[in-house]
Amino acid sequence: MSNPAPQDRAPEDRKDSMAESAATPPAAAAAAKRGPSVATRERRDGLVNPSGETPYLVVEDLSVKFPTADGLVSAVNGLSYSVPLGRTLAIVGESGSGKSVSSMAVMGLHDRKRTRISGSIRLGGDELIGLSENDLMKIRGDAVSMVFQDPQSSLHPLYTIGNQLTEAYRVHHKVSKDVAKKRALEMLELVGIPNPPRRFAQYPHEFSGGMRQRAMIAMSLINDPKLVIADEPTTALDVTVQAQILDLLNNLQKEFGSAIVLITHDLGVVAEMADDVLVMYAGRCVEYGTAADVLANPRMPYTWGLLESIPTVSAASERLRPIKGLPPSLLNLPDGCSFAARCPYVERVKGELCTTQLPELLPVDGAGAHTSRCHLHDKASIYEAEVAPRLG
Amino acid sequence: MLYFVARRLVSALSVVLATLIATFALFFVAPTDPAGAICGERQCTQQRYNEIRQNLHLDRPKVQQFAEYTAGIFTGRDFTTSGVTQHCAAPCLGFSFKNDRPVTEMIKTRFPVTVSLVLGYAVLVLTIGVFVGSMAAKRRGTLGDRALMTSTLVVSSVPYYIVALMVALYLTVLYPILPRGEWTPISENPAKWAAGLLTPWLVLGIYNCTAYARYSRGSMVETLSEDFIRTARAKGLSDRVVTYKHALRSGLIPVVTIFGLDVAGSLGGAIFTERIFDLPGLGVLVLDSLNSYDLPVIMGTVLVASVIIVVMNLLVDIGYSLIDPRVRLS
Repeated sequence: MSNPAPQDRAPEDRKDSMAESAATPPAAAAAAKRGPSVATRERRDGLVNPSGETPYLVVEDLSVKFPTADGLVSAVNGLSYSVPLGRTLAIVGESGSGKSVSSMAVMGLHDRKRTRISGSIRLGGDELIGLSENDLMKIRGDAVSMVFQDPQSSLHPLYTIGNQLTEAYRVHHKVSKDVAKKRALEMLELVGIPNPPRRFAQYPHEFSGGMRQRAMIAMSLINDPKLVIADEPTTALDVTVQAQILDLLNNLQKEFGSAIVLITHDLGVVAEMADDVLVMYAGRCVEYGTAADVLANPRMPYTWGLLESIPTVSAASERLRPIKGLPPSLLNLPDGCSFAARCPYVERVKGELCTTQLPELLPVDGAGAHTSRCHLHDKASIYEAEVAPRLG
Repeated sequence: MLYFVARRLVSALSVVLATLIATFALFFVAPTDPAGAICGERQCTQQRYNEIRQNLHLDRPKVQQFAEYTAGIFTGRDFTTSGVTQHCAAPCLGFSFKNDRPVTEMIKTRFPVTVSLVLGYAVLVLTIGVFVGSMAAKRRGTLGDRALMTSTLVVSSVPYYIVALMVALYLTVLYPILPRGEWTPISENPAKWAAGLLTPWLVLGIYNCTAYARYSRGSMVETLSEDFIRTARAKGLSDRVVTYKHALRSGLIPVVTIFGLDVAGSLGGAIFTERIFDLPGLGVLVLDSLNSYDLPVIMGTVLVASVIIVVMNLLVDIGYSLIDPRVRLS
C-alpha cells in the first residue's frame, strides 16, 4: 500500500462499503446543477453537505450537556454538520466553543455517566448514538480515528512507538506480531519518518515534536479509517513543522480518501486545508458553508471578528484587533444571540431582537448552502463597506 | 543500562560503608561500655572486666579496632574467652558472648523466617492492594469507592498490634478458624511452612493492603486522566486493557518506591508480627538482644538491616528504569 495512485482506490477496498463519493464532480458545479431549492431540502435532510456531496459523517441536532455541581453545562447545542469522504470540514472557534466536545462525542469518548448526549450521529448511514460500549469500541480507531493535539502527552511515554502502532493495528486485525510490525513500518515510512526500523524501537521522548506528531498520524491511519478527526493537530508544534504536518495530512487524504474533521482556531490552517467551514460559538454553529464562501464572504459578526484578529505582516505598526469581551458562561446561556454581548453591530438591529431572540441558522442569500446565525439584515453590505477594507 | 547499574552500585557501596562506620562509632566510640555490658553487673570482678577488654581488643586504638572489625567481615577472626578460642568465619559480624555464638550464625538462622513472612506479605499487598486501588480509581466517586476508602481509613486508624493480637487471640486460640503461627523451614515440610505462616501473612497483608489501596487509587486517578489514556481509548482498546495495561504501568511507579522501602523495612524485622505469632525471625532477635544488651548482635542486625535497605533501594532504582525508559537517560 506504499504508493497507490490517488484515484485508484476503489470504494470496495474500504471496510464497510460506503456509497459513491470520490467520483462526484467538483462541489460548486454540483450545487449549481441541483439548484438552490433542492440543495436546501437535501441539506436539511442531512443528505448533502455545503459542497454538495453525499456525506459519510452526518451529525444532526447534536447536544452535549454535562451535569455538574454548579448546574447543567450546555457544551454543544443543536449542532448539525456533515462530511463526505475525501473532504475536509474545519470546525473553528475559540476555547470552550464546543468544537472538541462535539468531536469527542463522535468518537463516543465521553464518560457515559457524566454526559447527556442527544441528537443523531450517523457514520455511513449507521447511527452511533445509543450504541453499546462494545460496538463503539469496534468503530473507534478503525472506521473513525483521532489525531490529538499534543503528541508529547497523547502518546504513552512508557511504550515504544512500534509497540503503540502495532497495538493499534492488532486491536482491529487478528494478525501476528510480525504482520503488524510490517504494517507499522510501512506506516512510519508513509508519514515520512526516516529510518523506520530504528524509530520503531524508540520511545516517544526520543522523537522531536514534529516526528512525534507524524508517528501519531501514522498510528491513527494504520487501520485505514474513513473518518479522521484531527483535534488541533498543529497547535503544539512550531510554525515550520506545522506546514509540514498539514501537507502530510493533505497528501494522506488524497491517498486514503478519508473524510477529515479538522478542529482548529487558526484560520490560516482553515484556508489551507478545508473544503467546508463551520464556525462555532458558545456551543452553537454560527456560520456554516464552503471554505470559499465563509472566508471570502463571511456573514456573521463573530466570523468577521475572527478574520480581523489575524495579524497581518504588512500592517506591522498596527496593534492586534481582538474581539472584545469573553464568551458567555455555558452554565447559563443568554436568551438571545450568544454573541450579542460582544457584537459591535447590535444597535443596527431593530428593537431588542439580539438580546431576546436566538437567531436561526438561515441561508445568507435566502437559499443555498451558506448559512449564518445573525439578525442583521444587510450583512453583505456591512461586510463589504466596513469589514473587508480593514482586513487589508 | 549497564552504566546506570554500575553507577548506582558505586553509590550503594559508599552508603554501606558509611553505615558501617556509623554503627561502629555508635557502639564503640560513643561513651558506652561494651566490656561492662558483657561482663554483667553481679559477678563482674575487675580481673574479669580487664580480661574481656583484652579479648575484645577494647584496649587498642579505635581505628585499629575498626580495621579488625571490618577485616573480620571479609576474612573472619578468632575470639578468645576464658582461655577458649572460637573461630568466627567470614562474614564475621562479631561474637555474642551472651549466647556463645558468632553473630552471623544467629542472623543466618533467623533470616529465612523473616524472608518467608515478607515474601507472602509482598505478594498480598502487590496483588490485592493494587487491584483494589485500581478498581476504586476506575469507579471513583461511586458508592463502592467511597465505602472502600472509608473502610481503609477505619482499618488503618486501629494500631496494627491491636489487630494482630485480636486475630491471634480470637481466631487462632479461642475459635481456631485459622492455624496458629509457627515456624517450619520450607526445606523440611512446605505445607507446614505455609500453614504456620498463613495467619501472619493474612494479618500483615490485609492490614497493609489498605495503605496500598490508597496509594494506588491516588496514583491511578491521576494517570487515568492523562491524555495518553484518552488516546488508548480512541484506539478502540477495551476498558480492561486501558486500565490494566496503559494506566497501571505508569500508575505503579510511585507505588514501587513505597513498596521497596516497605519491604526493606520489614526484612529488617517485623517485630510485632514475629512476636505475636511466635515466629523466630530477625525482629525477635533484635528485641531479645536489646533486652539483654547484647551489643555485637545489635550491631550485626543494624548492619544487615542497612544493607537490606540499600540493596532494596538499588532494586527499586533498577525497577524504575525498567518501567520508565526516561529514567535511563538521567
